[in-house]
Amino acid sequence: MVVLGIESSCDETAAAVVGPDKVLSDVVHSQQIHADYGGVVPELAARAHVEKLGVVVRAALERASVQRPDAVVATAGPGLIGAVLTGLAWGKALALGWGVPFLGVNHLEGHLLSALLEEEPPTWPFLSLVVSGGHTTLYRCDALGSYVVLGQTVDDAAGEAFDKTARLMGLGYPGGPAIDRLAAQGDRAAVSLPRPDPGALDWSFSGLKTAVRNHVRSPERAADADVCASFQAAVVDCLLDRVVRASEQTGITSLAIAGGVAANSELRDRVSQLPWPTFIPPRARCTDNGAMIANAGRLHLLAGRLDPPDVGARPGWQVGV
Amino acid sequence: MRALLLSSPAETHELGRRLGVALPPGACLALSGDLGAGKTALVRGIAEGLGVPSLIQSPTFVLVQIHEGGRLPLWHADLYRLGDASELDELGLDAMAPETVLAIEWASRFPELLPADRLEIRLEDAPRGRRAELSATGARHAALEGLDV
Repeated sequence: MVVLGIESSCDETAAAVVGPDKVLSDVVHSQQIHADYGGVVPELAARAHVEKLGVVVRAALERASVQRPDAVVATAGPGLIGAVLTGLAWGKALALGWGVPFLGVNHLEGHLLSALLEEEPPTWPFLSLVVSGGHTTLYRCDALGSYVVLGQTVDDAAGEAFDKTARLMGLGYPGGPAIDRLAAQGDRAAVSLPRPDPGALDWSFSGLKTAVRNHVRSPERAADADVCASFQAAVVDCLLDRVVRASEQTGITSLAIAGGVAANSELRDRVSQLPWPTFIPPRARCTDNGAMIANAGRLHLLAGRLDPPDVGARPGWQVGV
Repeated sequence: MRALLLSSPAETHELGRRLGVALPPGACLALSGDLGAGKTALVRGIAEGLGVPSLIQSPTFVLVQIHEGGRLPLWHADLYRLGDASELDELGLDAMAPETVLAIEWASRFPELLPADRLEIRLEDAPRGRRAELSATGARHAALEGLDV
């Protein structure tokens, strides 16, 4: 089964075609893609999905050499209601026109199953850490559609902590890559920062951001590289601490990571050093993308799920709670 | 205008909780203050006061978080990442039910887009903790300035 997947839950507009055991195309909108497939458009608003969807869908189909997929799937939530509705309506219209099945996909499930796109995918059950600007959640994945939230942030997401810390330091936006680069030359022990632990298997990053704020405003402000290295080490320590404890509690020693922060070098290094099977997608597959939606949707379609043509958006759709 | 001194995060939370108990349907709270000032902590208190059962996480990246199940629905929005005023349409606020309580972080970035009748809450650093300034801009929110705290 060859499936077209559409993602438009927040900032990115993306489409991908996934077939048996492989990604045939995976396109995230950019000015270059727009120029290549849709003509020159000087500037589009950040979330102008309706003006980008035609371009990314055409690019995904052409690059996959597919004229009509066997099914269409699109993100139905969670996300911004207008953004989700746009991609969902686009997907349903295409499915109707082609006369193929349609399914609404959960964006977070897309992330936590993205490890199944790897050449050697994890076997059930496994732990999945979804860590991005908007989410920081650890799931136990028992089977397709069967997930349990083991821990989550009680305030800021880890990616948000990266971006806001970068802003405090005047490093610009997006802050995650800037901190990652500087941290590579810094001393992670230079600045003493807290490892907040709100209990259970949850995270709290708000206080860490405030600690960095207080440090950079103090007369003892360390070099930027040292602050970045110390901050990054604190975040990754917190992330891995809960993962290790979750493994001890569940007996599961298999970990997948996803989300924009899964592109962070230190997190990738330290996860890969865990004495377990770990599944770290390529960086482009960590941030929001169409392949993860096509993949999750395809697995559900193969399991017999199908949505009616009037399926609606679910902006607050959670998994595992 | 009403000014309050908040000496701990717990006091920020408690101010929010009392607001949440007192808020009228359709209230709009425009929150401003620097990174780490306690805007999200305040909204966490408001949610508790409204009886919202779900966890309040920062909406900076997702832009809007919708919380049902309390005395009134709560929409928790954040303008921090918006590049210009036209992007406000993307938040989908026009889909909000009229009784919804809207709490907007980084509201001062686009003051011209806010409802005329609102409660402005400014959080600033103070020598020991935070200073909170509450000012109502219209009749619907006037009583909140006199909140018993």
